[in-house]
Amino acid sequence: MYSQGLKDAEGGQEPAGLLKAFQARIDKEEKIEPRDWMPEAYRQTLIRQMSQHAHSEIVGQLPEGNWITRAPTLKRKMILLAKVQDEAGHGLYIYSATETLGITRTKMTEQLLSGEAKYSSIFNYPTPSWADMGAIGWLVDGAAIMNQVPLCRASYGPYARAMVRICKEESFHQRQGYDIMTSLARGSAAQKKMAQDALNRFWWPALMMFGPSDKDSTHSAQSMKWKIKRFSNDELRQKFIDATVPQAEHLGLTIPDEDLKWNEDTGHYDFGDIDWQEFINVIKGYGPCNKERLRARQNAHDDGAWVREAAEVYQQKKAQL
Amino acid sequence: MKLYEVFIRAKSGLNHRHVGSLHAADSHMALQNARDVYTRREEGVSIWVVEASAISASNPEQAESWFDPAIDKVYRHPTFYPLDKEVDNM
Repeated sequence: MYSQGLKDAEGGQEPAGLLKAFQARIDKEEKIEPRDWMPEAYRQTLIRQMSQHAHSEIVGQLPEGNWITRAPTLKRKMILLAKVQDEAGHGLYIYSATETLGITRTKMTEQLLSGEAKYSSIFNYPTPSWADMGAIGWLVDGAAIMNQVPLCRASYGPYARAMVRICKEESFHQRQGYDIMTSLARGSAAQKKMAQDALNRFWWPALMMFGPSDKDSTHSAQSMKWKIKRFSNDELRQKFIDATVPQAEHLGLTIPDEDLKWNEDTGHYDFGDIDWQEFINVIKGYGPCNKERLRARQNAHDDGAWVREAAEVYQQKKAQL
Repeated sequence: MKLYEVFIRAKSGLNHRHVGSLHAADSHMALQNARDVYTRREEGVSIWVVEASAISASNPEQAESWFDPAIDKVYRHPTFYPLDKEVDNM
């Protein structure tokens, strides 16, 4: 059951016996459920990671929502609507799962709107072209799948279960993106140029989605021990590159990286340096669309206030009958 | 808004199964939201929503005393009783 039985640590020292038993359960691949004892740091780490994941799903609707009214055909429009609706659903699954840790939905929304909680850096890039819908589905959802598949085995039960649902739906997102890229790549010269241009703009930001290099990643070691994370950022990034490069070649598109080269010895692609300064700037709020995205969320929240109020009043009125 | 737990029957013949939760003002809204959030791909033929506060749950800290007594009652399983080879299956 998902109601919140929060046991707070009150900042006190957690008993060594409980901590040891907890880690033993994790090591045995047992799932932790909402009312089980857990270290406060585990709870807080999950709240941070899961709420930011949920925020990413919600903010992720914005760059694509931008194109719903301008999709080139009715078929593409219906597909895009379904995809954006899925993103809302994914946000809700994860918000629900996060609430089982004792934080309210209202609090999470506040943290997003105040900038205290982050969301994926990728959604701070603009989508000026229809081809960007292809690049986002193919690359951004593709990168998200790399991250999310291992999360289906995360040690926290509600998170893992939400991820199973999400991963089932995410495959459609990636394929519809690749389908858009395929149509454009096999279209007129102008269409092919659109596809290449979108790939040029989204390739590096997609690689940054996996987070900082392992040597600079602050949360990794403990998250691995708790089995909230299964593979390192660099491992997942490499997997993504290895899977994606042949897909680009198949379409006759060029990955915008002069250093990209197949390495016979390692069995992986070598690739060029990532501009981590750009990543840090976007995370800090200086990406091309950070302000616009948060403003859109704030407006949606404000514009929806009357709906929430009406629902509350209706609830009270019905309770009096 | 109240917290509702959502249960879905995937197809007739199966139990309703817990799939997640959502917020709604009343059970009618909860059902509508559950349909949109949890059955976009024919995942169900029937939905139950239950106010989370209406659920009583066993305490995980008492899990041992509640459930461990079943461990040593092997005589509740058919395999506890050996059968002569002539009888074979039963």
